[in-house]
Amino acid sequence: MKREITLNVNGEEWTVAVAPNETLLEVLRDRVGIKSPKIGCERGDCGSCTVILDGKTVRSCLVLAVEADGHGVLTVEGLSRDGITGLQQAFLDKNSFQCGFCAPGVILTASELLAKNPHPSEHEVKEALAGNLCRCTGYTPIIDAVLEVAERGGVEDDG
Amino acid sequence: MAELKYVGSKATRIDGLPKVSGSATFVDDIDFGPGLLHAAIVESPHAHARIVSIDKSEAEAMPGVVRVVTGDDFPYRFGLYMKDRHIFAMDRVRFVGEQVAAVIARDLKTAQRAAALVRVKYEELPALFDPMEAVGEGACLLHPDMCDCERVPWFFPEEDTNIAHCRRTRKGDVGRGFEEADVVLEDTYTVPRYAHCAIEPHVVVGLYDQSGRLTLWSASQSPHTQRNLFAETFAPLGLSHKDIRVVTPYVGGGFGGKAGVTMEILGAALAVAAKGRPVKLRWTREQEFYNTYQRQAVTAKLKVGAKKDGTLTAIEHVLYWDAGAYVEYGANVVNAVGLSATGPYRVPNVKIDSYCIYTNLPPGGPYRGFGYSEFHFGLESHMTRIAHELGIDAVEFRKRNAIREGDTLPYGAKMNPSGLAETIDRAAEAIEWGSEVEPSGPGKAVGKGMALMWKAPAMPPNAASAAFLKFSEDGSVNVTVSGMEIGQGYMTAMAQIAAEVLTVPPERIRVETPDTDRNPYEWQTVGSHVTWGCGNAVRDAAIEARDRIFDVVNRARGVPVDALYLEGEKVKSRLDPGFELRLRDFVIYGIQMEDGTFRGGPIMGSGMFMPEFTSALSDPATSQGGHPNVHYTVGAAGIVLEIDRETGKVEILKAALAVDVGKAINPDLVEGQITGGLLQGLATVLYEDMRFDESGRLLNPNFTDYKIPTAMDTPREMIPIIVEVPQPDGPFGARGVGEHTMIPAAPMVANAVEDAVGVRIKSMPITAEKIALAIRDAST
Repeated sequence: MKREITLNVNGEEWTVAVAPNETLLEVLRDRVGIKSPKIGCERGDCGSCTVILDGKTVRSCLVLAVEADGHGVLTVEGLSRDGITGLQQAFLDKNSFQCGFCAPGVILTASELLAKNPHPSEHEVKEALAGNLCRCTGYTPIIDAVLEVAERGGVEDDG
Repeated sequence: MAELKYVGSKATRIDGLPKVSGSATFVDDIDFGPGLLHAAIVESPHAHARIVSIDKSEAEAMPGVVRVVTGDDFPYRFGLYMKDRHIFAMDRVRFVGEQVAAVIARDLKTAQRAAALVRVKYEELPALFDPMEAVGEGACLLHPDMCDCERVPWFFPEEDTNIAHCRRTRKGDVGRGFEEADVVLEDTYTVPRYAHCAIEPHVVVGLYDQSGRLTLWSASQSPHTQRNLFAETFAPLGLSHKDIRVVTPYVGGGFGGKAGVTMEILGAALAVAAKGRPVKLRWTREQEFYNTYQRQAVTAKLKVGAKKDGTLTAIEHVLYWDAGAYVEYGANVVNAVGLSATGPYRVPNVKIDSYCIYTNLPPGGPYRGFGYSEFHFGLESHMTRIAHELGIDAVEFRKRNAIREGDTLPYGAKMNPSGLAETIDRAAEAIEWGSEVEPSGPGKAVGKGMALMWKAPAMPPNAASAAFLKFSEDGSVNVTVSGMEIGQGYMTAMAQIAAEVLTVPPERIRVETPDTDRNPYEWQTVGSHVTWGCGNAVRDAAIEARDRIFDVVNRARGVPVDALYLEGEKVKSRLDPGFELRLRDFVIYGIQMEDGTFRGGPIMGSGMFMPEFTSALSDPATSQGGHPNVHYTVGAAGIVLEIDRETGKVEILKAALAVDVGKAINPDLVEGQITGGLLQGLATVLYEDMRFDESGRLLNPNFTDYKIPTAMDTPREMIPIIVEVPQPDGPFGARGVGEHTMIPAAPMVANAVEDAVGVRIKSMPITAEKIALAIRDAST
């Protein structure tokens, strides 16, 4: 029943035997030992399992592991490998997170946004983050950090 | 007070880096190896039924199943304030989703498949979903034996009823108060049930090893309270507190939902049942909605009298709480409201009856606000309405009646210092109270609303905190405490308090999550009391460490202790400006004397705190005589919103909350509590709502159907305002703030809606649909 798949996780090749109904989230957490994508709702509502698959964010609870065969996965562990990014630093400086459970998903979603749209408006930031639920912060300090990074990026670009 | 260096300043959260780098470990992230077992629950499909039989043979025969456990295996009662629950339903089930049995298996999918094979025969009983029906004539009794349940001395179940407790408070003479009034306004307000919706579901892993040691890794706000409840519940097995260890890593949101013990009792029982192997139980999002605590629904009947000049003469507040199937924790929510349902007002004549009523819905329990959000909805709606009847400005009316330091509280004790008047002024100013705002277009209307709030921690009078603190070779510090970092910034606040005393910067202080084997006692992280209570313990520990430092320096260098002080991680002397010793040079190895010997030793400190002035003993008929609450935190909030008259859709233009925190240990984190709590409160009034069908089944146990706010739902502008009138017994003057921030949200929206479109909505939530229909009804 099981099928062997190959995943590139944060730059490392992994070959794992998976059942057809196993999700990417289960495989990442239980086989690869990548724990930053969290189990929050298992139906794609909350965004805490967000990972970047070939450059695009996905809900890893809604992706079957076999679908990810041969593809590349980036998680916050990979993002932080050589030290935290400017975006993560901004979240840190602004005390953006409280319990931190949603943080990995929010960080990846915001990273994807800034990669595609370096100068988003406040509305675009809110829209991009709308699929990542946070119950603690009221979102304000998260949105502020993303906007600040976008502004800083703007200054660098202009220079 | 001397100038403060660390307390009162923004500091980066000490849990910030673990959280932004993906390193923060939550319970579900801990690996237990291939021996880990998983459990699935067999749940009641009925709201109220007798269990006739349970046939587990088919499930037990399934390959991979280790054991099937039922109530017969663990016929023990448990509960925080009243032991009215069994671990598994025993003779009857009392809500849809209640645990009847559990399957332990080698993997989760096998456990789930086997759980479906457990055959339970039920005989349905009449179910009660409406608390008013449950207290009516001839209602069936849900807990006929409730009066035999062990409980705290301040609960009073009423024999042969479904009333598990009623808190009665009487002050003055309400009859006379209403006679003296020029205006008396009477009405009923209703508030439905709500869900906490922490993004991390409840999860527990239990291991009962071959040596008889029980360890629980738990997503909890309450490690020591959990250990205590496990020890009490499993005492028949010969387990004592020292044999039980509760480890609580980072927790992904609590809001009260992870206080006390809910599903964790199953984790402990399943571990005992599968001795020698760890067992994991993780709630699904659905279970998270229907089988943890829910915020209780309430029907509140309110009568308020006032004189022409605006002086309040009497408040009568009778609250009927739908407390659910078990009230082991929820009854204390009801109790807290029964003491404080006047709100922050000076009122000479008070009558409060707060009824805790059993129903066949999931158990009620603590939720950020602890009953205060619920009663403030009616109370603060009412205050605006009565001001209007008197022709007095709603802010002016509140200022005239605002409680002051030394005023007599409803139960006889005195009000603590507070900056209530200042919070009112500043919130009103922030929303430009009294000035008109132009709607953004035709068909739109803008309204403003205000609401006050107060809240005290509700806890046993002897709820205590303790702290250990130790230095390392380089002069860095570890603080061990057992409050939980549930996002509020507790760890950082504790580090800042220790930093202030020891002059060691917060970034050189480590605070870790608790382990009951190693960390000293903390009752629970609830009630917005840990910054205050545990903060006092940490300050005490730091002072003890400082005293030891001074003693060592005195013995080694002969400088009088009272001449010594700390500055910049050094010991200095007021007698000799040139004298200084770096802490890092002696806090472990001591100070060397001329003869080569040393003085000193590893420096550490311990601290403890208990509010020794509180008592829950009072006259049950009036609540007079005790001192049940440590202090109230007060505040005022204002909102500006725009409504589309056609659709009823509300857009929040501005929301401001001024709260008197005594002293903001870290203002940035206080602001985080304000913005987060306000949005959580706004969601309860604008759209959240638990819906049950006629058989008691929850219809919306997921985030598709139970909407919580997204980033798109934030108000255009949020204005956090910090007021600081010190709390004399708080660390550096601090008092609690976390829960309070959602309390005024609902009534200020109700008041602003009326201001905008002239309709008064008295039942939550105030959805767009409700507003649109009310506008239509008012115009026909």
